[in-house]
Amino acid sequence: MATSIKKLPDIEQVLSGNGACGGCPATMGLRIVGKALGSNAIMLLTPSCSVASMGMTPRLGYNWPCINITFASAGSSASGITHALEVMQEKGRLQGELPTVFAWVGDGGTYDIGFQALSGAAERNDNIIFFCYNNEAYSNTGVQRSGATPRGSFTTTTPTGKRQPKKNMALLMLEHNIPYVATAAVAYPGDLYDKVVKAKNIPGMKYIEIQAPCYLGWQFDMPETVQMSRMAVRSGAWLLWEAENGKISFNNPSSLIISGKKDAAPVDEYLMKQGRFNRLLKGPDAESRIAEIQGDIDREIAFIRERAKITI
Amino acid sequence: MKLLTKAYRPISWPMKGSGGDTGSWRTHRPVVDTQICNKCQICWVYCPEAVIDRQEITIDYRYCKGCGVCAVECPTGAISMEMEE
Repeated sequence: MATSIKKLPDIEQVLSGNGACGGCPATMGLRIVGKALGSNAIMLLTPSCSVASMGMTPRLGYNWPCINITFASAGSSASGITHALEVMQEKGRLQGELPTVFAWVGDGGTYDIGFQALSGAAERNDNIIFFCYNNEAYSNTGVQRSGATPRGSFTTTTPTGKRQPKKNMALLMLEHNIPYVATAAVAYPGDLYDKVVKAKNIPGMKYIEIQAPCYLGWQFDMPETVQMSRMAVRSGAWLLWEAENGKISFNNPSSLIISGKKDAAPVDEYLMKQGRFNRLLKGPDAESRIAEIQGDIDREIAFIRERAKITI
Repeated sequence: MKLLTKAYRPISWPMKGSGGDTGSWRTHRPVVDTQICNKCQICWVYCPEAVIDRQEITIDYRYCKGCGVCAVECPTGAISMEMEE
């Protein structure tokens, strides 16, 4: 059972009046992450919306030491910092508990540009938490296609809808044999909080991916950010699971869909709400392309259901 | 505490309002009806700006960007969006 809202701590690590858009899912997720991690942490940011949200010098919108690094180096920079902290503690220059080192990176910095450094950090099993907030496009630069963009989605570089399916990054990270991998969504803050608290107490590489529906990129109304995230989970387009040492367990409501106790909502309703699928839905071959998207979702569900049976 | 040399001094400090007074971005203002509100704190947990007070359910209008997430998520309908004057 996920932590209830009333039991979440009071600490605020994302400060009011930052530079994010109204209704930004990234700051929404980061607030919950901040409640779980506390103030003793070091944050690494690659170029993404979250860097723009930090605001203008000499003020900073996040209540952590923040380091802005190059796009391709989130994994390697975090590795370097965590090793340096360990050496400083050995030499007695750092007292008390070691700060948590975490990277807060968008889907471009995880799926495409930062993948090499992330894969290296995962293989070395360095003691970091890598967060990917996934808004399924390069939203900061005006919505270009990324490896996380789903099939059929409009972006400025795929004007007729993307023809390829998206990668399953969380599964790729699972196959790096790291101690903890989880997926979360901004609509389920209690679930996200539990996962971050769990990750904080596990030594080694942790990967948490947070689904963050960007209203500008996905082209829906600003107040519906949380609803869109909830619809994605209920339709099976996004699955909530966590894997400790390779053993997958599912979280509600995805566990009901996986076990077959509850049918996933049809994907049509979820697609209909988003402007990015408008051209696809109005086109002459709409039905076959919706069937393709539904096929992608069904394949992911079938794959992870069978993968969860491997517990060795 | 030992003074940091200039080379190691951070260039920014955590402070509210790093994007300016973001309340001026707002086109609609969320208004809480305290008669209906049951203090479930759902608006507080989903607010991306952290402008809602957890206990009193009051809103800091200096920084509220008026996204309307609180009004949509409120289960009792206690928050309504009113046009800014």
